[in-house]
Parts: sequence; C-alpha cells; structure tokens
Amino acid sequence: MEHVAQHSDPHYDQEASKLGMWLFIFTELLLFGGLFIVYAIYRFLNPGAFQMAGHELNLTIGAINTVILLVSSMTIAMSTSALQKKNKGLTVLLLEITIMLALIFLINKYFEWGVKFDHGIWPGSEHLLNDMGKGEILFFGLYFVMTGLHALHIIIGMIIIIVALNKVQKGTVHADRPSLLENAGLYWHLVDLIWIFLFPLFYLIH
Amino acid sequence: MENEKHHIVPYKVYIYILVALVAMTFMSIGITKINLGEYSVLGAMIFATLKSILVLTWFMHLKFDQPFLRIMVGFVVLVFFAVIFITFLDYYFR
Repeated sequence: MEHVAQHSDPHYDQEASKLGMWLFIFTELLLFGGLFIVYAIYRFLNPGAFQMAGHELNLTIGAINTVILLVSSMTIAMSTSALQKKNKGLTVLLLEITIMLALIFLINKYFEWGVKFDHGIWPGSEHLLNDMGKGEILFFGLYFVMTGLHALHIIIGMIIIIVALNKVQKGTVHADRPSLLENAGLYWHLVDLIWIFLFPLFYLIH
Repeated sequence: MENEKHHIVPYKVYIYILVALVAMTFMSIGITKINLGEYSVLGAMIFATLKSILVLTWFMHLKFDQPFLRIMVGFVVLVFFAVIFITFLDYYFR
C-alpha cells in the first residue's frame, strides 16, 4: 500500500480515540452501577419508606429535566453530523444550544435542591435524623449523592463541550479530525443515559 | 477497508429518536400513575431500558461503529447484571 499524505498529523487514529473514550465510559457506568445496586438493595429492604420519601420529590421538575437532557443529547448528536457536512456555523449553534440546555438543567436542579433544603432535608440534617426513619434517611442520602454526582458530570460535560466548541471555532476540530467533538458527544450521552435510570428510580415511585 | 468514509446520520433521524425517547418518558410516567403494584417499577424499568438502547445505538453511534465496540458494551452490561444477580442471591438466602 502506498502512503498518500492524506493526514497532515502523523498520529491521528480516530478508532483508537473512540475506543479509549468507551473504556472510560465503562468505568463510569460501573461507578454509577455500584450506586444503583446499593439503591436496589436498600429499596428491597425498605420498600415502604422509599415509597413515602419518593413522594417528596417533584415529578414535574424531574420530567422537565428529563426532556431537557434528551433534547440536549439530540442537539450534540446533530452537531457531529453538521461537522461532518462541513457546516461550521450550524455545529457551533447546536453546541451552544446544548450548553444552554445543560445550564437550564442545573438551574432546575438548584431550585429542586433548594426546596429540599427549605424543608430541612439535606444529608445529616436534624429534621432528617430526628423525625424520619432509617429508610427515609437512606433514600435521601442516595438521592443527594446520586443526583449530585450526576450534576457534577453535567458540569464536567459542559466544560468539555465548551472546549470542543472553541476548537471547532478555531478550526482545529473539523470534518477530518472530529474525535474531540465525537468524544464530547459520547460523554454527554453517558450523562443522559445515567439520568434515564435515575429519573424512574427516584421520581416515579408510587 | 475499515477506515472508510464516516457514516453521516441525517438530522431527521435524530429528531425521530428524540420523539420516541420523549414519548417513552411520558409512557413511563403514565404507567406508574396506574396502580400496578410491584409491576409499575418493572414497567418503568422496561421503558428506561428501551430508551437506553435507543441512546446507545443511535445517539452514541454504536449502530455504525465496528462490531467489537457493541460486543464490549454488551459484555459490560452482562457483568453488571451478573453482579446484581449475585448480590440479590446473597440477600434472599441470608
């Protein structure tokens, strides 16, 4: 095989960089997977308390945030298509929409947690420890840890998307070198994937 | 050749997937509103699983990637379910 100078950079391997991202995603899946197992066991042991505590959560905010994340997942997936079609303007616009949606998700989360704090519910709060049973304490502990860890992933995802956006604008990420944007997309879909399971487990308990 | 031109997914495909995902979200809310007892958890989890399959195959592009990536994802899911299964065996027979 002859070597035509099709890539200006010698060590660019799109498949390898995708594989690396997937390996990282597996570790993330097992991190949250462990927490889901803890949740499953404690719910199995305290079914009534989890049901009572689940009613405290705001289903409307949970549903709105689910739709926001799903839409943002679509916009970042579309941005990859736009980049491949060499439509830089649309790529940038779609990434900006994704970042805005992520911000709205976090603002909703802020208000949601704020209401819980107003009701005196936070990890280790007096109201939680003195007036509620063991099952409720476990439910709210898991709620704050799992949605908190998820929110941290949203923040990290936003930073990665902002970096990708800058590089698209600068032209270092383009149709022949899309890995950074693709991997940013994979990370963002992972965040979406985790929320797909968090939502029914915490907000849809009846 | 493996490194042929990348498959470009048309925008409207992503819109269809989004519509399906949102529809399933509301179906999962609907199914838990009906009192099915223990089965409502099962129903909600089935919808969540279907949604995650859609996200993995279309949004995360597994449909167009090389087969070994799909095999690896399937293996991780199997490991996860095996751990759940073994953990619950422990709790059932304690």
